[in-house]
Amino acid sequence: MTTGERSDTERKRRSPRFVRLECTARLHKLMTRYYAYARYMPRLGKKIAWITSGGPVEPLYAAGIIPVYPENHGAMCGASRMGPKLGEQAEALGYSRDLCSYARCDIACAVHGGGPIGGLPRPDLLVCCNNICGTVTKWYEVLARHFNVPMVLIDTPYLHDGQLPDHTSRYVRAQFDDLIEAIENVTRRRFSERRLQRAMGLSLECVQAWQRVLGYCEHRPAPITCFDAFAHMAPIVTLRGTRWAVRYYRHLEAEIAQRVERGFGAVPEERHRLLWDNIPIWYDIRNLFKHLAARSACLVADTYTNAWVMDRFDQRRSLDSLAEAYASIYLNIGTPQRFRQVAELARRFSVDGVVMHSNRSCKPYSFGQLDIQRMIRDELGLPCLMIEADMTDSRSYSREQVRARLDAFLETLEAAA
Amino acid sequence: MNRSDATLTLGVDLGSTAIKAVLLADGMTVKACRVALTGHNARQSAEQLVAALLDEAGVTPDQVARTVATGYGRLYYDPADREVSEITCHARGTRLVMPQARTIVDIGGQDSKVISLADTGRVLDFAMNDKCAAGTGRFLEVMSRALDVPIEQFGRLAEASTKDVAISTTCTVFAESEVVGLVARGEALPDIVAAIHRSIAARIAALVRRVGPAAPVVSTGGVAQNPAAIAALATELDQPVEVAPDPQFTGAIGAALVAAADHAEPRP
Repeated sequence: MTTGERSDTERKRRSPRFVRLECTARLHKLMTRYYAYARYMPRLGKKIAWITSGGPVEPLYAAGIIPVYPENHGAMCGASRMGPKLGEQAEALGYSRDLCSYARCDIACAVHGGGPIGGLPRPDLLVCCNNICGTVTKWYEVLARHFNVPMVLIDTPYLHDGQLPDHTSRYVRAQFDDLIEAIENVTRRRFSERRLQRAMGLSLECVQAWQRVLGYCEHRPAPITCFDAFAHMAPIVTLRGTRWAVRYYRHLEAEIAQRVERGFGAVPEERHRLLWDNIPIWYDIRNLFKHLAARSACLVADTYTNAWVMDRFDQRRSLDSLAEAYASIYLNIGTPQRFRQVAELARRFSVDGVVMHSNRSCKPYSFGQLDIQRMIRDELGLPCLMIEADMTDSRSYSREQVRARLDAFLETLEAAA
Repeated sequence: MNRSDATLTLGVDLGSTAIKAVLLADGMTVKACRVALTGHNARQSAEQLVAALLDEAGVTPDQVARTVATGYGRLYYDPADREVSEITCHARGTRLVMPQARTIVDIGGQDSKVISLADTGRVLDFAMNDKCAAGTGRFLEVMSRALDVPIEQFGRLAEASTKDVAISTTCTVFAESEVVGLVARGEALPDIVAAIHRSIAARIAALVRRVGPAAPVVSTGGVAQNPAAIAALATELDQPVEVAPDPQFTGAIGAALVAAADHAEPRP
């Protein structure tokens, strides 16, 4: 069976077009500017810090350090389908295939260069916060040895019952002092509390705008799908705490509001509203959109892009409040609490079913999914599908199997309707 | 010859190993069925199979009211009016042949599925094996080749087993070398074959437990023809596992049933 034959038969189905947001051009310009800025500004003395996706970035922006995100870079490697090649390079260096594919992509790029933007600019500081996973600790230690630069670890104990005990709060907060000290050593300047408050203000503004963007999907039909959110989340990850991101999301919000006003639906004839769990399958986003849209199914919300909604900042209690917010993110709380967040999203966005991506790379995200799946079924009465894949490494993905499951799942929804 | 008043529908199940076609009269009676190996060109094999089937039944293609395709190759079979997933088709097919079924275990050549049904026959939930081939017919095929025993005799051979030997790995590739090791160690062939069946049963039982095995459990798909695999599964689950009549055709029957329903009530 050749791919040519396949596209012939696929044509039989009406294949809805993915209508890009007009802001996409602006997004590309913004991200190009950000990466160019990070690449060339070190020549003028600017410092670079590599930071984990759930790490406290505001102190870096406050100190004029440019933060760069290996995980965002990993997603770019995935979307440009370089995952398998970079993965193999890392495996040749001795890293196990069971290691997170973001880590493998990043380590391969750090050692060999390459990747979609020719690697990331060399770091002066590494900021690792293990609120998203345990892998980052060892991953950043590897980077610290490779680049011979200081690394700050912010250890955030797992909140089993979702509550942040006082001793944990103090423990995490104390590590922020180490972070500030490391920042002062790198910049050779005194850390400014006032600038931190400003960065936190911008971060909060950005997060609120992002929340509003995602919130538009409460409308029926949803003006955008999660596939749009996956693309347009780049600034909330990399640029929150800057004016650039705030400005960008204002434009995006306006465009989506217009879509709602026009009654525009991202999926024509939207019939099944679905919730997505876990990191996207970066290399197959477009095909998945088409496959679902051809069956009138729309991903209206997801737990991933909704993780960047830390809105617990209190500028007056700057560092204390940062420590609290970063210690209690989605991946750092117990399974029942995660389920409660899923249930809240399901209710808010009136979903008909849940699709869970059991992600070979992301253990903390995928661990507990079977329990959450059971709770979704038993307590919410919603059907829930599990698909197996990897966010970046397409060698762990069977497109046909995933499609077969999605089809069967949608038929089940249809029969129940 | 076809009674002129019967409505004929066709179900074609394009599986990874074999293609099955069923001609159904009035959405109730199987008029003819046929199976062929998929080979390298699924579309061509399916077209030849359907031609032979219609020929055998004395029916011309234009007498077929509607055709539905299912299975992995369903998108490649152009003459189909619609494609429907195996889950729906196995549920429908089993409902016709064994209406009491609450859990369906379909073990095919490339994947295994477990479907839980409401008492109305509606699909409540389903689980499929992950990308690995360990819990599928392919596992048995690879092992039969490694041991040089024809797949048809594989199940019967296990019945002669007198001693428990264990295969610890579930990976098809590693298990193959483990089996070669067992042969070299001088273990008896029936004991090794029995161990292979226990290994696949354990893998499938885990899948069954994911959707909760409501009784009665009915097995469909090509591997259901292998009594040793079904016996091992029943032992593993600690409950009886019934086998659908002509289990290999359940999916194709379901597809023909969907076609009949579509014909009776045309979709928009």
